[in-house]
Amino acid sequence: MSTLSLIIFLPVLGMIGVLLTPKTEVQAIRRIATIVSAVVCALCTFLLFRFTASQPGMQFVEKIAWIPQINVFYHLGVDGISVPMIFITGLLSLLACVASYGIKERVKEYFALYLLLETGMLGTFCALDLFLFYVFWEVVLVPMYFLIGIWGGPRKEYAAIKFFLYTLAGSIFMLLGILALYFASTPHTFDITVLSVNHAFALGFQKLVFLALFLGFAIKVPIWPFHTWLPDAHVEAPTPISVLLAGILLKMGTYGFFRISYPILPDAARWFGIYMAILAVIGIVYGGFVSLAQTDFKKMIAYSSVSHMGFVLLGLAVFNYSGFDGALLQMFNHGTITGGLFLLVGVLYDRTHTRDLSSFGGLGARIPVYAGMLTVFSLASLGLPGLSGFVGEFLTLLGSFVTYRWAAAVSCLGVVLAACYLLWMIQRVLLGPLNIQWKSIAEINRRELFTLIPLLVIIVFVGIFPQVILNLFGPTTHALVNALGGISQ
Amino acid sequence: MNAVQSLAHFIPESILIVTGFLILVLDLFSKPKRWLGWLALAGTTGALAYAAATIPGNTLPLFYGYFTIDPFSVFFRITALVIITVTILMALAHKGTPPKQEGELYALLAFIGTGLILMAASTNLLMIFISIEFVSLTSYILAGFEKHEGASNEASLKYLLFGSVASATMLYGMSLLFGLTGSVELNGIRDALAGCGNTGPLLLIAMALLFVGLSFKISAAPFHMWAPDVYTGAPTPIAGFLTVGPKAMGFAILLRVLFIALPALQKEWSSLFAVLSALTMTVGNIAAVSQTNIKRLLAYSSIAQAGYILMGIAAANAIGLEGILFYIAAYALTNLGAFTIVIVVVNQSKSEEISSFAGLAKRSPFIAASLAVFFVSLAGIPPLAGYFGKVLVFAGVIEQKLVALAVIAAVNSAIAAFYYFKVVKEMYLTEPADSVPAERPFPAVLATAIAFLAIAAIGIFPAPLLHWASRSLIF
Repeated sequence: MSTLSLIIFLPVLGMIGVLLTPKTEVQAIRRIATIVSAVVCALCTFLLFRFTASQPGMQFVEKIAWIPQINVFYHLGVDGISVPMIFITGLLSLLACVASYGIKERVKEYFALYLLLETGMLGTFCALDLFLFYVFWEVVLVPMYFLIGIWGGPRKEYAAIKFFLYTLAGSIFMLLGILALYFASTPHTFDITVLSVNHAFALGFQKLVFLALFLGFAIKVPIWPFHTWLPDAHVEAPTPISVLLAGILLKMGTYGFFRISYPILPDAARWFGIYMAILAVIGIVYGGFVSLAQTDFKKMIAYSSVSHMGFVLLGLAVFNYSGFDGALLQMFNHGTITGGLFLLVGVLYDRTHTRDLSSFGGLGARIPVYAGMLTVFSLASLGLPGLSGFVGEFLTLLGSFVTYRWAAAVSCLGVVLAACYLLWMIQRVLLGPLNIQWKSIAEINRRELFTLIPLLVIIVFVGIFPQVILNLFGPTTHALVNALGGISQ
Repeated sequence: MNAVQSLAHFIPESILIVTGFLILVLDLFSKPKRWLGWLALAGTTGALAYAAATIPGNTLPLFYGYFTIDPFSVFFRITALVIITVTILMALAHKGTPPKQEGELYALLAFIGTGLILMAASTNLLMIFISIEFVSLTSYILAGFEKHEGASNEASLKYLLFGSVASATMLYGMSLLFGLTGSVELNGIRDALAGCGNTGPLLLIAMALLFVGLSFKISAAPFHMWAPDVYTGAPTPIAGFLTVGPKAMGFAILLRVLFIALPALQKEWSSLFAVLSALTMTVGNIAAVSQTNIKRLLAYSSIAQAGYILMGIAAANAIGLEGILFYIAAYALTNLGAFTIVIVVVNQSKSEEISSFAGLAKRSPFIAASLAVFFVSLAGIPPLAGYFGKVLVFAGVIEQKLVALAVIAAVNSAIAAFYYFKVVKEMYLTEPADSVPAERPFPAVLATAIAFLAIAAIGIFPAPLLHWASRSLIF
């Protein structure tokens, strides 16, 4: 079996293994899930190093006929855009799996669904056939519903069904768009690589299909004003699931633009560019202000995702090298940084059973290691130079300065707001007088540190040597900009 | 082909008829009558095996051309036999059938199986009417089979009254059509219409009247009013059967009539069915949202599903038609599976409220997971059979650029997901009232396993079924 298929379907094997284990054998179930996730993570890392950035086109391609009557192929492959996404999916899946040891109820079902979710996510980033892409995209949906709905917080049922219906509604329109592309192409095909080369669609048709796909992707990102499911889902979801939701699921939306909307519908993409920039700026500023107003730790991070994902959209809207590089890097960084922040919220919540920011205070002195971690991740999130968050946002702003100067100017407000709400959060949680209630709070433990250290290493490394990762996807994004007729800088 | 020669190609149906009569006779002499169910099952399985093993390559006009065994009727013959086999399993699992009448139930099921095949094989207005009436009359009896239950009686009576009116209307339409074209043969009607090129108002009226009857069979809005009450009141195995059997064969007849007899009027009827499709799915889905009775929910869901299938007729292109056949097969298996689980749960809880599914995932994980999978398939989420059927009918509509219908269907799919997941939520997210695992009668397990494996296999490898569906389309 080839590498990509192995990566995608190992979790399904793991799921079968988990299902065959009696539900009382909690240790064994955890071990199976962890080993499988670890192997997948290792394979994803292997993929990262074996990937040749300078080589154009798809690599590790697999193509087998699936439904020959309608030209559906089991077609996988990776390029510079998907490789970082696959890597971070593998990594976060492993870390979140370890973070899932705190799950005590219905462990068997949890890990079975968790592994199915992993397959869906990995498959989405590998698929090169629209039909296959849609199948994986939807496979993510059902386990996510259960993971939020069963193991979530007090309003889990509402949050789960809201997430589910929102995403489903969007993706059905995406399906309509995909079918329209199929019938518009001659010969009829679902092949993304073929459709990307064949730019013969009329602008009116492109716009219609772009809108249909946009609904699916925008809800997933989520782009303002389609974001209302996100705070509910994040707040109610258990910690590891929040990590995956923020770290990977949101990226599926922006990845959709990179992989499908932009290459296949370039004229519509340019036509909608300005509107995407407007939505991006609104999202950045709106997300920032709403984060500032939150008293719930997790909700604050959730809204900050709306703001940070706005930068990705802004980078996508500007059609130049820096913008696209910045957007993709921001996707990668947001996964590591926000994933880490959600883990840190979880660490605190496990000990205090509250996420109310005003109920903490002075924890910095009690649990210094935790405090250090939280500070570094927050600084990375607010874009401190030297950490990875800065590079992504800087490149995005640089790119947008070339195309839409006003957008760059207004978006800077988002960076300022991020500093406000994150520093204020640090002040409320770590500094000030100690809330006596937490005087015996336990320090972060080794397992929790294990889930954070790899992310920390990546954040610092990318902050200092961004070129390493930029070289990885640069050739692909630059080729995409050129194909779109964007600005080569 | 004369009657004697025809019998050689009429073996599956003959097996069913013989099985039915045999059961009626043996019924007189046996006290515990359960084994008659297994006998019926043996009969239908035998018929199915024979039908599957002897698929004729060419078109055979049987009984002087009154029935036609062609690839199209073979597809529906096998579908009908699968449906009836699973229904018998469901009936075996169901508690509540009056013990004295059990034998008759299995005999009637064997007979109605024959009726279903005849529906799909009729190529002549007279035989179409007779086979529909045969299935309908048997259905009225089956719906009222639990004669000590008020709801069952009510279902039967309602079904009879609505059904009679629909049949009469349809018959009137047929007579007009005969008067206009001088033929009761579908081919003859086509030739007559092609010859004169006349699409006068009377022809449209005849067509509309004919469609009223067929819309009743497939429970398309606005002729669906009977369905929720009948499906709720009828014994659960029968309700499950009624949502798939007569409906599937109603579609078979509709396809034959439209594409063999009335292709001249395609412009008229395809826009009519686009409207009916949108109406049917919307009415079904919106009404389903507020249901608290599981059978009623499934009843409305089955109305909505008919709406999706009608999209294929509105599209009237190759992929849409393949979609119809694919959808019918997938839908039949899924719905029968779902009703089987309802039987299992209701056997124990004695309540058909959705709340009796609370915490089923903890009490009986396999049962709950099966129903969840069936609902996910009905909701059209990949990678299950229902998803692929839906993609095909969507594709048909998109190819015809019926964007409005596609958008309405997309919105409907989201609404449908809401109520399907209402039950899933009850099973997985709500705590159980007690921890007694559901009893799992063997026939129910078998029926569930068949449905489960089939929809998973078809969903992951849809190509063979799609291939078969496209070969079965003879028009």
